[in-house]
Amino acid sequence: MERTLFKFITRYSKREQLLIVPFVVASMVVYFLSLDLPKTIINQAIQGHSFPNPDSVASFLRFSFTLPALLGGGRVTPFDGFELSRLPYLFALCVTFLTLIVINGLLKLRINTMKGWLGERMLRRLRFQLFDHILRFPLPRFRRVKAAEMASMIKDEIEPLGGFIGDSVITPLFLGGQALTALFFIVYQNIALGMVALGVVAVQTVVIPKLRRRLLFLAKARQLGARQLAGRIAECVDGVAEIHAHGTSNYERAEFSDRLGRLFRIRFEFYQRKFFIKFLNNFLSQMTPFIFYSIGGYLVIVGRLDIGALVAVIAAYKDLPSPVKELIDWDQRRLDVSIKYSQVIEQFTVEDLMPTAVQDMVEVPAVPREGVLRAANLTLVDESGAKAIEGVSFEIPLHEHVALVGGHGSGTTELAQLVARLVFPTNGSLEIGGIDVTRAPEALTGRTFAYVGTPSYLFPLSVRDNLIYGLKHRPIREAEYEGEALSARRFQLREAERTGTPLYDINAQWVDYDAAGVSGPDEMDARILEVLHVVDLDEAIFELGLRSAVDESHGEALRDRMLGAREAMRERLESLNIQDWVERFDPAQYNRNATLAENLLFGTPVGRTFDIENLAANAYVRRVLDETGLTDELLRIGHKVAETMVELFSGLPPGHEFFERFSFIRHEDLPSYQALLARILESGLKGIGNADRDQLLALPFKLSPARHRLGLLDDALQARVLDARRYFAQHLPENLTSAVEFFDPQRYNTAASLQDNILFGKIVTGQAEAATRIGALLRQVLDELGLRPLVTSIGLDYQVGTGGARLAAADRQKVAIARALLKRPAVLVLDHAAAILDPASQSRALGRVLDYRKGQAVIWALSRAEFSERFDKVLVLERGKLAEHGAFESLKCTDGLLHKLLNPA
Amino acid sequence: MSLEQEVELIRQFPIFSKIQPAMQKLLCFSSERLTYEAGQVMFRAGDAADAAYIVIDGQVDITVPTSTGAILVNQLKRNDIIGEIAIFGDVPRTATATAMTRMEALRISKEMFTNVIRENPDAALELIKILAARLANTTAQLSRRAPG
Repeated sequence: MERTLFKFITRYSKREQLLIVPFVVASMVVYFLSLDLPKTIINQAIQGHSFPNPDSVASFLRFSFTLPALLGGGRVTPFDGFELSRLPYLFALCVTFLTLIVINGLLKLRINTMKGWLGERMLRRLRFQLFDHILRFPLPRFRRVKAAEMASMIKDEIEPLGGFIGDSVITPLFLGGQALTALFFIVYQNIALGMVALGVVAVQTVVIPKLRRRLLFLAKARQLGARQLAGRIAECVDGVAEIHAHGTSNYERAEFSDRLGRLFRIRFEFYQRKFFIKFLNNFLSQMTPFIFYSIGGYLVIVGRLDIGALVAVIAAYKDLPSPVKELIDWDQRRLDVSIKYSQVIEQFTVEDLMPTAVQDMVEVPAVPREGVLRAANLTLVDESGAKAIEGVSFEIPLHEHVALVGGHGSGTTELAQLVARLVFPTNGSLEIGGIDVTRAPEALTGRTFAYVGTPSYLFPLSVRDNLIYGLKHRPIREAEYEGEALSARRFQLREAERTGTPLYDINAQWVDYDAAGVSGPDEMDARILEVLHVVDLDEAIFELGLRSAVDESHGEALRDRMLGAREAMRERLESLNIQDWVERFDPAQYNRNATLAENLLFGTPVGRTFDIENLAANAYVRRVLDETGLTDELLRIGHKVAETMVELFSGLPPGHEFFERFSFIRHEDLPSYQALLARILESGLKGIGNADRDQLLALPFKLSPARHRLGLLDDALQARVLDARRYFAQHLPENLTSAVEFFDPQRYNTAASLQDNILFGKIVTGQAEAATRIGALLRQVLDELGLRPLVTSIGLDYQVGTGGARLAAADRQKVAIARALLKRPAVLVLDHAAAILDPASQSRALGRVLDYRKGQAVIWALSRAEFSERFDKVLVLERGKLAEHGAFESLKCTDGLLHKLLNPA
Repeated sequence: MSLEQEVELIRQFPIFSKIQPAMQKLLCFSSERLTYEAGQVMFRAGDAADAAYIVIDGQVDITVPTSTGAILVNQLKRNDIIGEIAIFGDVPRTATATAMTRMEALRISKEMFTNVIRENPDAALELIKILAARLANTTAQLSRRAPG
């Protein structure tokens, strides 16, 4: 990358900058003319110098110039102009003036737009180049970079650069031209006044930048401080568990506050100086007219200057300070962004950046699946200069399974990464099936090897997208565009080309189905299920599917099948005579295992409008209660619930888990309910205010007769709630119909999970072990109906969250292993990939993966040496050197290293 | 049966009779009302003892597994309490409880139970009385069986 900003600008935007220059020159000419014109208007037309007699005429648009002496001198008049009398002459001049202003405005508009485009293009190029650098950083480099700082640099710090690059050449040209034009104009009118103006400008351009030097230093300090602040916030977020565990939140507060204080200190001084300079600048520019009025006025009075020229000079001078000031500003910005640029570039400059060729999208030969993987004299020197791997050589037939074992710091991870070509060896070579891959492009290694480290990273996508991530090496089939989309795509392509960003299309088909061994997307799920089964994740994904709600996109067929499952489940329960273990949603019955809120809504809320936890606060719900006369009744019950809760829970200490589990009222709200009860005692239930009513009304909505047994919701009241339920559905306003999906025995509920759709009711709370048994029955029914693959494939749409955080750590690792299996690599490298699993699951995962990869190469760095028994060959490392290798049986018996690892003293 | 009736029920047990009414109510409120079908096993010998049960209705057989088969050691019915002592020692269940008819029980969790004892010295004293009585009973049985 270019070391300085101006090198970057010249290299990538020379042509576009030059294209703007003609517009700038044209604008200068227009500007000069518009300065000169007022003089003619005042002197010739208004004061009437050209019209000595009432019927005199003047020539308008006369064009004449004096030939230089070289060409013989004399005056040439190509166009004699129109003859106009005094008033028309005045108006003609004024219209010309207006025209000049309009032309000047249009030129400025054009220049500004072009500058804006230019700046954005350059910003795009720069951002892309920086991101490209991150992708080419060697792996060990990432131990020293902070993600948040990188993001802050690419996103925020270089943002002003875009604005500046547009201005970098054009602005000095434009403003300088404008200032020079004005200055030249003033000097041309009167030397003395010109000298005054020149003097003031000279002071501005020399003194003020000197005063501003300190500002630059401050700005730089602030940039660094702000970047570190971003990094610090990310650190606190990453280490938040430690902060809580050690109770150091106030230490962090102090640290953060200190940083903010330092940033403020910088700004404090910055503003002080900035505004002082501003004051000085303004004073200087406003003092000059004083000189003009006094000296210029004197000159006019003594008759050495005509009044038109004085007015024109003052008008010209009015335009002079601002370009000069802006020019100084520009210079300031130039220094500022140059520093920013070099500071950012410095962070992105590393000597051992991967050459671009390594990541080029090239056609690569298919690597043979037979032959050997040959490592010769592999050596890796780490950043401290120590040899992490030293002279390791081996040959592995591509159908064998090999275990890498060694004690702590033996280099198994480093060797695994070397073999997967994640890092380049300092020395030595790696060859697979006769092809040297030591420096091969990632296009080849990415398809030949699969590497699973610990912990692996999952992208915040669905499980399925994470699994097929490993198949997206290049666009397999271009996307097709038509009409507007086509022209939009063409526009993007043109711009991408102009800014040196790649032309690959994110909308193309990137998934390499061939690599996964399937013919297309239809077969993909079956393949995915296969690898999920290998890593023992199929059940977990099936569970996720059961808990997912499925939207319209899955089509009618799925909904019908789920309704079929609902029916089959009902029949199954009946045949076992346990149908009353699930209380089904019956439009005509009050569901005793559901809360009052659920009974009233009788559907699944879509969005937050009818949030079940907060239903009592909803305006429409309140209207329904009022209309059906339930409000007073529920207030009465709310009062009873409040009394009971206060009675039951007042004696418990704050934070007691019972509040969480059983109480309707949080501990911190108890006093407010106690006060509320006192108010009711005083003024009766009718006399309380609206806020109190809201508070009380929320309570009965959480009641479920089967669970709470408070005996408050009797049959009569249940019947009235049923009325309210019907009223709610019938009078639901048009704009709220999309906020709830009602329970309907005949219909699939797209807002509810698959499991809720199949059960279509509440598991009875008081039935011992009902939940467990019903769960098992549900699975049985789904298996019998052959719905398991479908449910699992819905589970694959589950979003794993940032870094896969919505999955358990062990499941994340399993997804990563499945992702590696899916692309069918020639060599599967597992770097302690199962270590996070418990020993039993580890052993099971190991066995299943090895079975699945029978006849295909697996290299597994193991945390437990005893597992190496299941491999064809064992490589034992010690301090980066290959200490022994051979079959497990033969190594076990010798008194070597493996023996020691297996039998620690 | 509502909460009020449950409170009446547990009041009959000496352990609970002396604690404050609010506590009794909280005890019931935080307990589960469970229905067991005939033949359903409530817990097995060897399971962790995580709760005590009060039989509200129905019949429960308590059996001890031996090498020669399960031996019936007790039959419990309405208003009997099951497993209240076991939850104070960190030992697994020593016997298996099986519902013989459709049965209803109030399940009082171990944590709730300990909570009650911790906050009510009178209840603790009652518990000690029961333990002492059982110990005396067992000692008497042993001395009767002892040879000589």
